[in-house]
Amino acid sequence: MMVEKTPILDTFTYVALVLGIAVVGFPIFYAIIAATLPIEEVSRVPMPMIPGDQFFDNIGEAWRRGDLGTQLFNSFIMASGITLGKIIVSLFGAFSIVYFDYRLRTVAFATVFCTLMLPIEVRILPTYEMAANIFGPLQSFWDALGLDGLVTWFAGHDIHVTLEFSLLDSYAGLILPLTASATCTFLFRQFFLTIPEELCEAAKMDGASPMTFFWKILLPLSKTNIAALVVIEFVYGWNQYLWPLLITTDPKMTTAVIGLKHLLPSPDDSPDWHIAMAGALLVVLPPVLVVLSMQRWFVKGLVEREK
Amino acid sequence: MLKKRSYFKKSTLPYLLILPQLLITTAFFYWPALQGLVASFQLSDPFGLRTQFVWFDNYIALFRDPLYLKSFLTTLVFSGSVAAVSICFGLFLATMANRALRMTAVTRTLLIWPYAIAPAISGVLFLFLMHPSYGVVAIAFKRWFGLDWNPLLESSDAMLLIVLASSWKNISYNFVFFLAGLQAVPRSLIEAAAMDGAGPLRRFWTITFPLLSPTMFFVTVMTIIFSFFESFGIIHTVTQGGPGGSTNILVYKVYQDGFIGLNLGSSSAQSIVLMVLIVLITVLQFKYVERKVQYTG
Repeated sequence: MMVEKTPILDTFTYVALVLGIAVVGFPIFYAIIAATLPIEEVSRVPMPMIPGDQFFDNIGEAWRRGDLGTQLFNSFIMASGITLGKIIVSLFGAFSIVYFDYRLRTVAFATVFCTLMLPIEVRILPTYEMAANIFGPLQSFWDALGLDGLVTWFAGHDIHVTLEFSLLDSYAGLILPLTASATCTFLFRQFFLTIPEELCEAAKMDGASPMTFFWKILLPLSKTNIAALVVIEFVYGWNQYLWPLLITTDPKMTTAVIGLKHLLPSPDDSPDWHIAMAGALLVVLPPVLVVLSMQRWFVKGLVEREK
Repeated sequence: MLKKRSYFKKSTLPYLLILPQLLITTAFFYWPALQGLVASFQLSDPFGLRTQFVWFDNYIALFRDPLYLKSFLTTLVFSGSVAAVSICFGLFLATMANRALRMTAVTRTLLIWPYAIAPAISGVLFLFLMHPSYGVVAIAFKRWFGLDWNPLLESSDAMLLIVLASSWKNISYNFVFFLAGLQAVPRSLIEAAAMDGAGPLRRFWTITFPLLSPTMFFVTVMTIIFSFFESFGIIHTVTQGGPGGSTNILVYKVYQDGFIGLNLGSSSAQSIVLMVLIVLITVLQFKYVERKVQYTG
């Protein structure tokens, strides 16, 4: 916002901006240069700042060495699954909370919103146990109620019932626990509250069922919000670290962000930083593209989170 | 609690609609949280064969453990530094972008993309940039300032490395919020102040900055939460809590004690402490935010 003419300040503004952009961009610029160089160049001190011609060789080498094909695919499934899951679950949830009146509404609301802002990192161990056996709680109830005895009596011989189903090393395990978030529901609720009452009244007068109202009116109106959340949640899902680290032991199920660690040269190896940087570029590309291509909705959605 | 004046009357449909959310929340939030709470009052051997109820022993041991207190301090230093660096840079760049009328959109595009980069990868980029033997920044430190830079051996160097990697990743987030906040400052206020003879700097401190305070508060809370949890990826790829535990922040210690050390009771107690901390921050934020938000409808 410029109110009066201030040539010195204006020059300063542009210089500061260019410098700022350069500083923020430098780590990725440096990585791009490194990814184009052969090993002799990248380990020279200091590394030359002119790009080489090895870019595609290095990318190919990183792809092979890190098994990035599999891992990028896993990341993609995980990120899309989390995005889709969160948005569907929370659209229905917010619809239920805002557009219906039922006895346990307040309880449902409180149950969901208590989880706001509590990331998975604070409850990793028990959530891990839960994922290791999704029927754990049922088993506890079973044991607590002494139902084994009942079954034994009923069948006439000793029976021990074990309920077990593990989510470890599976897509469901990567996705489901991370869809337990109130953030999206909260955003949709806020948005639904701003939709004019008349729309619902008109729909009811025309005899529309709740679900018709949802599909024909609410969903089209929510398009912008959904687009914003697609960006935010895709990036969130793609960049998850702790959870996939715990839940996957099979290298075939690892995500790209975690797998990249194996491309880092250890002190005893040859300093293959050009491969590591090529790999890093491949892993950051999908979320960066999503953010840049959907920038307008993304910024809108992000800023609305504050409200 | 808020609802629509006109709503649907159905008996089972609303329950069906909210069911998936409640199921997932119960299975992966409430049940684990309860288990964690129970485990934090228990002492168990590493193989989980025997458990003993020990009341608050785990918590007492925790707050008597110098390593845990050190981890607390490390977390405070770390998140304080990340907040300071990324908020100052974010605010500065947003103010500049807001002044550069024709370049605002371009600048936003050029500054927004680090948001998409995973913390772990930002750690990898900075590890290379500041690598004692190959990193250009480390070499510049050595040549120009004669610093004996080695984040793999030196505690303060390691801390600086993870602070920079975290702040870098967070600048764009803060930038977006500050820019939106700045664009919402009424132009008439700025013009009136200019007419009264206030220069740009003075206008910033007496008008813009106070009007930005809700944004500032929100961004600070979000940055602290980010540095508490999401920085796990940075620590795990870059320092593993070292050297000598100097970057062992609380969330990393939960992981280390629980999954590597298999000290379930202590790890659970640490999780509960973290949870309480975050609940406190959230409540504080809601109390503050509620006052300014007006719902419509």
